[in-house]
Amino acid sequence: MTWLVAEVTEIVEVTASARAITLRVPGFRGALAGQHVDLRLTADDGYQAVRSYSLADTALDDVVELAVDRVDDGEVSPYLVDVLEVGDQMEVRGPLGGFFVWRPENVEPVQLIAGGSGIVPLAAMVRARRRAASTAPFRLTYSVRSVADAFFAEELSASAGVDTTWVYTREPPPGHARPAGRLAPADLASTFGPSQDPAVFVCGPTGFVEAAAALLLDAGHDAARIRTERFGGA
Amino acid sequence: MAITTRGFGGRRAPAEKPLPPGQFLTEDFPVLSAGPTPNVDEAHWQFSVHTESGEVRRWDWAALMAMPVEDVTTDIHCVTRWSRFDTQWRGVSVDAFFEDVESEAEFVMVHSYGGYTTNLPLEDLLDGKAWITFEHGGEPLAPLHGGPVRLIVPHLYFWKSAKWVRGFVMQEHEEPGFWEQNGYHLYGDPWLEQRYA
Repeated sequence: MTWLVAEVTEIVEVTASARAITLRVPGFRGALAGQHVDLRLTADDGYQAVRSYSLADTALDDVVELAVDRVDDGEVSPYLVDVLEVGDQMEVRGPLGGFFVWRPENVEPVQLIAGGSGIVPLAAMVRARRRAASTAPFRLTYSVRSVADAFFAEELSASAGVDTTWVYTREPPPGHARPAGRLAPADLASTFGPSQDPAVFVCGPTGFVEAAAALLLDAGHDAARIRTERFGGA
Repeated sequence: MAITTRGFGGRRAPAEKPLPPGQFLTEDFPVLSAGPTPNVDEAHWQFSVHTESGEVRRWDWAALMAMPVEDVTTDIHCVTRWSRFDTQWRGVSVDAFFEDVESEAEFVMVHSYGGYTTNLPLEDLLDGKAWITFEHGGEPLAPLHGGPVRLIVPHLYFWKSAKWVRGFVMQEHEEPGFWEQNGYHLYGDPWLEQRYA
């Protein structure tokens, strides 16, 4: 797998701390929803840093779309969110990861559970479903601190065939029935139950994924049907 | 052809010793698992070695505690590019589990509670290169990090250090384990940057 030169073609603000970044990558041969890529940044003196980022969309074979949230003490994400401009170059390698993926030919029910920026690979699945005109039943439970922290809120809420439930941990919008709080057993009411045997994808910070996976196991889901992607330490 | 990324300086912390290529140093302990964390309590934990002849050797928690314990301080390197220096583990050398095992097989499939597997040449588990551990940083190993018992094989990328380990199956031929079937390298030497297949 070789490093490919990538050029930034578009940057869109997603939240106050996150950006969607589109790269044109000649030679990149497409990806499956849920996969990630390595980005390599090279400083003037040759110093390099490499990080992995999930793809937010897999629509075009030679285009890589990311959505990056700033980790304040990070080395790469503050650069990507605060400094990077259209026309800048970096290198890309991928796609990577063959397990946390959704394929358009899959017809079984899919339960997506995201915490914060963990929505990124799951948004790629929602988008791939729409593009493939798939009729696989999708449900999404998306946990964020507040409306302002949600990625792609309008698009996700408006996705036909994808039933989206919002969990606000700190600040629900006016009129939202569910009180503020972390994902709890009652929140599983809006998800596919074990009897529907959904393929479950959970992505978010480590603590969120641990909690969500434990709730699913307690509710009777088969551990082998739950795929997880975690970020951050514990 | 090398390109540079405009405006990128990096935040290179002076490393006290070399890192494998493409790695960065971290102080925290990221968690990467493909599925839910299995609940395995010490009372039910078992470990077994299965040979090609069908022989099985088994250990339970009490048997593990009765084995010679070693304290290991080692650097660890994750394929997702973080490394940690001087992590502290307490456990039993894998050599001790093979003392009475008769096998000509050269490969091992490591099996974990929860269904995870990873493959290794036997020689990478022997001669003081790998441990069956139950403490990290002076504390019982947390379930999140593989507790109650985790294999560590620090000279290879850390996906080889199977969490929630429950057994070794000896194999005459090398077969790919879980991540090795999902895009990662069959061997995984961080110094040779053997990340992907």
